[in-house]
Formats: sequence, structure tokens, C-alpha cells
Amino acid sequence: MDTPSGKLVRSHCVGTTAVVYASDYLNKLTGEKIERECRRQLSGGCRALVIDFSDTKLVNSIGISILLGIIDVAEKNGARIAFSEVNNETVQLFEMLGLTRHVVLAKDEREALLNLSHYETTPIVH
Amino acid sequence: MEPSTQKLIHTFGALADLGQEIAGTGDFNEMVRTSMHMLLGTLALRRGAVVECTEGGPLRCAALWGLSDHIFEGFEINDAEKQSFLQGEANELLVGSTAVSNSFINRHRDRLTAEGIELVLPMIVRGEVTGLILLGGKASGEEFSGDDFETIRAMVRHIGVGIHTHRLLEQVAQRAEENRRLYDDLRAIYRDTVRAFAAAIDIKDKYTQGHSERVGKYSEIIARELGWSEEEVEGIQIAGYLHDIGKLIVDRDIINAPYNIDAKNSSELNRHPAAGYEILSPINHPYADIPLMAKYHHERLDGRGYPDGLTDEQIPIGAKIVSLADSFDAMTTDRPYRRRRSFEDVVRDLRENSGKQFDGKVVAAFARALLKEVNGDTKERRITKMLGKNYLEGEQVPTLLSDLISDLEEVSRKGAKAQSHS
Repeated sequence: MDTPSGKLVRSHCVGTTAVVYASDYLNKLTGEKIERECRRQLSGGCRALVIDFSDTKLVNSIGISILLGIIDVAEKNGARIAFSEVNNETVQLFEMLGLTRHVVLAKDEREALLNLSHYETTPIVH
Repeated sequence: MEPSTQKLIHTFGALADLGQEIAGTGDFNEMVRTSMHMLLGTLALRRGAVVECTEGGPLRCAALWGLSDHIFEGFEINDAEKQSFLQGEANELLVGSTAVSNSFINRHRDRLTAEGIELVLPMIVRGEVTGLILLGGKASGEEFSGDDFETIRAMVRHIGVGIHTHRLLEQVAQRAEENRRLYDDLRAIYRDTVRAFAAAIDIKDKYTQGHSERVGKYSEIIARELGWSEEEVEGIQIAGYLHDIGKLIVDRDIINAPYNIDAKNSSELNRHPAAGYEILSPINHPYADIPLMAKYHHERLDGRGYPDGLTDEQIPIGAKIVSLADSFDAMTTDRPYRRRRSFEDVVRDLRENSGKQFDGKVVAAFARALLKEVNGDTKERRITKMLGKNYLEGEQVPTLLSDLISDLEEVSRKGAKAQSHS
């Protein structure tokens, strides 16, 4: 999927879990691309989402709102979400704003997939 | 970093982004949607909507997030409810509080609660409720604090003013567009009136019907070839239409005399440029110098013209153009005492009189425009159409025009060289 900078929103599937990679700055332009990719993966049958923040330095207010939208859609689809490789400042921001109540925080992608793996056996609730 | 410091930084960042978004000139709907995201993201609110008040009471949804599309069907606000928003305190805006006296919230409580809306804030601009912002709960599950209220209120004020300003700008743009259309209509009416005048002038002279209209068109073509702006081109066209308006005061018998008129009558006829100026001067034309173009269209570069015997630099360029257009049409149309001249003869006249009667640059421009038509370099056939069928037939026409252009350009180059040496 294209980003405004011409780069692709990277994503891949591990079983029924989709891993979507956030870009360096999660704002309106990039956030909406990620949101669309997450929606696409969920409507394509994914039961869990990992959003990887390894490249992400900053998340602004629009980024937060868009992430909440993704959490909302995932919950409505009966899917779980994990955030992986989130830097310390962003972890503090997510905790302060209460996003961590709705997602699993994982050290890296592998740990996130492990955390979510048991969920794959649960049927999707649409 | 202390959580309170981080919260401040996050909030300030959002306020700065919001200010930038609202001050931007981008798409209105996108501005509202982005502003709403900024508000939701500042406090991590899971859902929200921005609705605008419209005339009569219905609320129009401008943006929503995390809510179903049909939530605002039949949603409206009355004047009394707007008033209760103007008077209410912060805690009066909480949907969940049963102590709320706000009549709008009380009336819509069930619907708002079902959609997860916890807070309803008015957008107030200059003491008027212009819309509402509806907000869901915080992702943290915590209740709204006093600081949260302050932050939300500040951002809602920003968004309210932003929407109001964009709406005003839209109205201004709409009015400007309406004015532009009115102005175009007025110009069209002005042009039609002028053309009607031109027809009236020409009717007086039974041998030159359509002359003023053709002079207007030739003048326009020459001006365009000289690179004039669209406004200036329109102006010279009008001047062409009206150049003979002074003939309205000349005796019809003199104008229609089927022979060369005597000195007395000639003097009477020669009054028409100055009379035209007198007629046109009091009118506030939308284009510059139209009266002067009428006054000086019989002046000559060598000073032998009338009414003032002006020479080259003293004659306005517009008058030089109308003069050529007028003479060209006179040479290429039948008169009571002679047939129209052949094209070869006309070209010879233009060459001989360039620098004496006509400005060489103006003649060259006219010749270029005609050559483009003859060579098929332009789809337009305006001059050839006015000249009528068969007039420009013959292989020598492009050569005559090319040679005339070359000769005039050569004269112009020599003139410029001589001027730089002196």
C-alpha cells in the first residue's frame, strides 16, 4: 500500500495474525494508511493484529485518535491487538492516555505473535 | 519524564497542530475531520462528532469517528436549547448526569447514551451557538477532570471559530462568484448595447452597413496579434464599434452622397471624430481611452490627419489600430462611387502609407494575423470571412503578405538602429 511519501505500508501475515509496520512519524497522513491496511487485514479474515512501532519515533494526537479507531474496529471484529517495539516515551504516552488498557504491549514482533497465538484458535466474531 | 509533563507536551503539540490546521486553506471537510481527530487524540477519546447548526434547527454532521452514520437522523436543536448551552456550566454538559438541566441533552439522552456519547459541548462564536461537539469517554476509563474540561473547551473554541471562519470565507467566495457573474452579465449587456449603437450608426450610412462591427473585429484581431491583454482587446473592440458615433450628428445627405463631396461638406463630415469624442467622454466606460480612440482615428503619422493634426508619437496606439481597421474596411468594401479595391492594390496602399498614414508595426501585426488565416496556421477564419468569398483567392496572397511583413520589419529595424545611433 502507498504512503504519501511513496513508500509502502509494510505488512505480512503469520497464520491469522497480521503484522503492520508503522512509519517513523504516526500522523494523519501515515496513520490513515495504517488504519486502512488494518481494516483490510481484518476484513480479509485476520483474527489478531500486531502493529510494529520499531521505526516510530513520534505519535501525535491524530495518531492516537487513529490508533483508537483501529482498536475500536478490531474489538468490533472480535480481534485482539498487540503493539510491539514501542519506544519508552511512546509507551508512557500510551499508558497515560489509557491505550494500554486495550492492547497487549510486547517487546518485539516475536513476543507479540506469541502473546496472540493462543487467540488464533478462537473463532472470529463478526 | 513526569506523566504530567508528558501530558502537557502532548496537549501543547495538539493545540499547535490544531491552530495550524484551522488557519490552513485546505478542504473544509478535511479540516473539520482532522480537527476532531486532534481533539479526540489529545485526551484519547474513543468516539466523537462535530455537528453544525443549520437554519430551522436541523443539525448537520460535519465529521464523526467511532459512531454509526445514522446517529444524527432527525437530530435538531431549537432556540431555547441553544440558550441553555449559552448559560450552562461545564458539569451541565455531561450526558450521564441526571442533574443536568440542559434541555437538549435531556431530550436526546437515550440516543446519546446508546452511542456512547458522554459529553456535549457547544461551539459558540460571537455569543451564538454555531454547532455542537459530541464526545465519547476516555480510553483510560477515567472520568473527565477539570483540566480535561479546560483543554476540551479551548480546542472546541478553536474548532468553532475555524468552522465559522471557513463558512464565512465560503460565503465571501460565493458572493464574489455571484458578483463576477453579474459583472460578466453587465459587460455582455454593455457590449450588446454598443453593438446596437454600431448598427444604428451604420444604418445612417446605407453604403457602409456592418462597417463599425467589422472595424471593431479587425481592431480586436490586431490588438490580440500585438499581444494586448484580454481586457485591452475588449476595449479596442468597443472603440472600433463606436469610432464613427460622431456621424450621428452629420447630415445624412452628406454621409450618403454618391460622389466626392465638396470642401464645405467635407469639413462637416470631418467633424465626426471630435463629435464622437464629445458624445463618448461623459460615459464611464469599463475600458480606457475609448473617447480618444474615436477622436483620433483619422489622425496620420505625418501630421496631415484631423481633427488635431497630431504626429506619430502623439497618436494613441489604440487610435492607430482603429485607423488601420477603418481604412482597411473602406478599401475592401464597395462604395457608391467605386468598387472595392483588389487585395494586391490594398497591400500596395498599406506598404506605401506605412509610416505616413499608418503605423508600420500595426500594419505588420494585421498582415501577420491575416497570413496565419491564409496559411491555415489558425482554425479561425475571421478576417477572410469578413472579406467574403473569393476575395483572397490566388497564389500570390501569402507572398504579398510575407513580403509586406518583411519590408515593414526591415523598416522597423532600421528605424530602431537609427534611433540608437542618434
